[in-house]
Amino acid sequence: MLLIPCPVCGPRDESEFRYGAAGGVALPVDTPALGDVEWGEFIFIRPNPKGPLTERWYHSHGCRRWFSLVRDTATDQILSGPVASGWPKPPRGTAAEPGPSLEPPAESRA
Amino acid sequence: MSGFRLPAGGAIDRDRPVGFTFDGRALTGFEGDTLASALLANGVDVVGRSVYLNRPRGIFGIGSEEPNALVAIGSVDAPELARATQTELAEGLEARSLRGMGPVPGGGNDRAEHRYAHCEVIVVGGGWAGVEAARAAARVPGDRVFLVDEGRALRGDPASVAALHGAPDITVLTRATALARYDANLVVVAERLAPGSRSRERLWHIRARRVVVATGAVERPIVFRNNDRPGIMLTGAARAYAERFGVAAGRRAVVFTNNDSAYDAVLALRTAGVEIAAIVDSRAAGPGRYMRDRAALAGIAVRHGHVIDTDGEGVLTGVLVAPADPSAAPERIGCDLLAVSGGWNPALQLYSWPGGRLRYDAGIAAFVPGLEVPNVSVVGRANGDGLDVGNIEPLWMVPPAAGDAADLHFVDLQRDATAAALIDAVAIGLRYPEHVKRWTTIGTGNDQGRTSAVNEVGILSELTGQSLQEMAPTAFRPPAVPVTFATMAGRYRGDFFDPIRPTPAHASHVALGALFENVGQWKRAWAYPNPGEDFHAAVLRECRAVREGVGIVDVSTLGKIDVQGADAGAFLDRVYTNAFSNLKIGYSRYGLMCRIDGMVLDDGTTTRLAADRFYMTTTTGGAAGVMDWLEEWSQTEWPEMDVRLTSVTDQWAATAIVGPKSREVLARLAPDLDVSAPAFPFMTLREATVAGIPARVFRISFSGELAYEVNVPTWYGRALWDAIHAAGQDLGVTPYGTEAMHVLRAEKGYVIVGQETDGTVTPLDLGLDWMISKKKWFIGRRSLQRPAMLAPDRRQLVGLLPEDPDELLPEGASLPARANGVATAGTAGHVTSSYRSTALGRTFALALLAGGRSRIGGTAVVDLDGREVRCAVTSPVVYDPENLRRDG
Repeated sequence: MLLIPCPVCGPRDESEFRYGAAGGVALPVDTPALGDVEWGEFIFIRPNPKGPLTERWYHSHGCRRWFSLVRDTATDQILSGPVASGWPKPPRGTAAEPGPSLEPPAESRA
Repeated sequence: MSGFRLPAGGAIDRDRPVGFTFDGRALTGFEGDTLASALLANGVDVVGRSVYLNRPRGIFGIGSEEPNALVAIGSVDAPELARATQTELAEGLEARSLRGMGPVPGGGNDRAEHRYAHCEVIVVGGGWAGVEAARAAARVPGDRVFLVDEGRALRGDPASVAALHGAPDITVLTRATALARYDANLVVVAERLAPGSRSRERLWHIRARRVVVATGAVERPIVFRNNDRPGIMLTGAARAYAERFGVAAGRRAVVFTNNDSAYDAVLALRTAGVEIAAIVDSRAAGPGRYMRDRAALAGIAVRHGHVIDTDGEGVLTGVLVAPADPSAAPERIGCDLLAVSGGWNPALQLYSWPGGRLRYDAGIAAFVPGLEVPNVSVVGRANGDGLDVGNIEPLWMVPPAAGDAADLHFVDLQRDATAAALIDAVAIGLRYPEHVKRWTTIGTGNDQGRTSAVNEVGILSELTGQSLQEMAPTAFRPPAVPVTFATMAGRYRGDFFDPIRPTPAHASHVALGALFENVGQWKRAWAYPNPGEDFHAAVLRECRAVREGVGIVDVSTLGKIDVQGADAGAFLDRVYTNAFSNLKIGYSRYGLMCRIDGMVLDDGTTTRLAADRFYMTTTTGGAAGVMDWLEEWSQTEWPEMDVRLTSVTDQWAATAIVGPKSREVLARLAPDLDVSAPAFPFMTLREATVAGIPARVFRISFSGELAYEVNVPTWYGRALWDAIHAAGQDLGVTPYGTEAMHVLRAEKGYVIVGQETDGTVTPLDLGLDWMISKKKWFIGRRSLQRPAMLAPDRRQLVGLLPEDPDELLPEGASLPARANGVATAGTAGHVTSSYRSTALGRTFALALLAGGRSRIGGTAVVDLDGREVRCAVTSPVVYDPENLRRDG
């Protein structure tokens, strides 16, 4: 069982976490130019190297924080410290602008 | 073998005899004996019969390497299988030999407990190397050290042992076997507790910064013809029985070896009082000079050659020795003990997995650690140090004579696997130990091949010409020794196996005679049969009450998430297929979530409590997954959004009052609330006092009837249920369970995620096109635009009415693909829900059917084990399609 460093709680047993697959995979901007193949690769294709992999973990039975770290998939050694995602949150009451990925394509606006 | 107790020696207490039985015979040993040493001392030679060939077998080793002496101990009904070499003798112990396959022990009341610990260093093995390693580790101030050993006492330097027992921060576990080392040095240890303890065993999970493997080495036998008779034993074991237990394993011994380590053992045996008939040394060069001289001084004849066969009526009576000179005739030597030493195998289970690799060291003819594993050290004999094998010449097997099929050359005693099987494996083209192991079963016994795996690899290398430098025994896998399920389960059995989640009103449901069903860990009331009423009749009665009068159902188990923040509405727009940012405060809306691939994830009703606050409900089973899902998108994709998520599933209890008379029940309990339809319309929320309890009342319906879901703080959940039940007595208020709830929702064509959907179903397949916003982005939107998602032959949700109104289709039944009225290969869909409807007076079903919407009005055929059932295909809504009933 891996010993996973949580950025908030410190090292904890793997059984407290949920695996989140490879990290750093950006949600494609959803424009009319976004093809089915490109979208399909975003959904289904993730790197699976033998060696260092930046991957995401979620401390589901702990602080509920998502974070990423680098693990060697061949040796199971964790090679980096954890990097928390999306934290700290913006102050309460600050509305965010929707990101560009949320624009619907022109043909469906009608 | 005619073993006997020596007049002196051994760490046993000769003043404390211990009575026990073996196969019903009353025998006596001493305090400090193992079952094996006591059996030897009593002259017991046959301790069991081999698994497949029914050959008599005797004690072969002294520890976990023992392949033969497996016995049943304890009661006949629930025996425990034990290795006699590792079973401490106790007064009244009842042991029975095994013949063929052993029985699978029954459950019994065997108790075990679990403990968890962290330490800087754990040393496994309490011999000299382990004790010194632990002592060194303990010198670091503040470091916590564990020392674990299988035996009942440490066996290192007495001064060091004494120092360890008094030191702070050291935990010494004896009678404790390290079963495994897992990732990041999690070491699992099974500790046998003293008789009379509350538990039989304690399973430790010890997380260690560094693991020191000091597990020693296991002696390796040599394979020759008839090498499995009782009376044949590992040389080191014969010596250890004499030294540790004061037991001679035989009266007249022949020793067969290829290395120097046996000579020390021979001299020790002789000193103890065993006659040494001969040493047979296979080495061309013979023993080292020092060993040769010592043997000569002791007057022991050393013969150069091989043991090529043994004789005896089952039990050993003599050996046949072929001299090195091929022209000389073989010589028979009478003996009742044949001690064998083929070298030593470092015990590397804990090193090997995970991460370790073995390397063959020709100098000592042994596999040793082949690479550094971070934070793992291997010391002493486990590292190949101090094996004292001298100029060992590897001898895995004495070659069979011409014409001998080698089917009495036993490689694995426990599996009855012989060299003939190895020859067979190579003949059909197998080369690698991993393949050969599976063909021959060598090394697959519960001794994990401790005395067979390396000989297998050695013989294989000779048969195939592969170099040992490029080979290794197959990977060890945990547990290193057998462990019982009771030990692994610990206290997590029976009621403690898995938590249960009763709703606050659970006791009231029990009092009403409810049957329960498990939904995840929840216990949900399934139906409330009256005395003498069967389940199906109860469901029909409950459905009728809801449609015609008033029913109540406990819906506390729905997942509930409090969504807060300035961007809460915008966030929900992205995770639901339909819009929520435009929902007015105090209004509810049904929402549908998709995965990124466009498949339905979950559904539920979400209500706006304030401009920046929503009360989301999810399916009972999906609650935890939806919470995780929302956290993932909030944290990893849209960290800039001001949205906070809190699970409040356990903070709110809810009872739904359902049916045309529900308004009257609610009015009685909430006199200050205007319950009229204009004042409290469908899909709205009112905060009110219900039965004296502050409540959120939602006018939402999962049945199509007029309905109110009353949510109160969990503490009041049972009081609310009881108050509603009491207030509606004169109106015939009827508690109903999840089965009736499912029938009622199915009549209305409302889907259940996980029943109508299975991860391959889109909202479009369910006919929920109206739920799909065209004005905004949402998770799954792009996937729903793929041509395959829009194909007209996708499986779509329809209703099915069997021609025979009494025919109840089984859920899951297949709708075969058909062409021109004839079934063809493949399936066109399946039945997802099927019930009897009291409102329709007949059966009905929901199904996913290829191109289903275009087939409404036609017929479909369901295949029931070859019987074709014709059904009318209808809209999924078979009851009140105009929604005339929801206002009461």
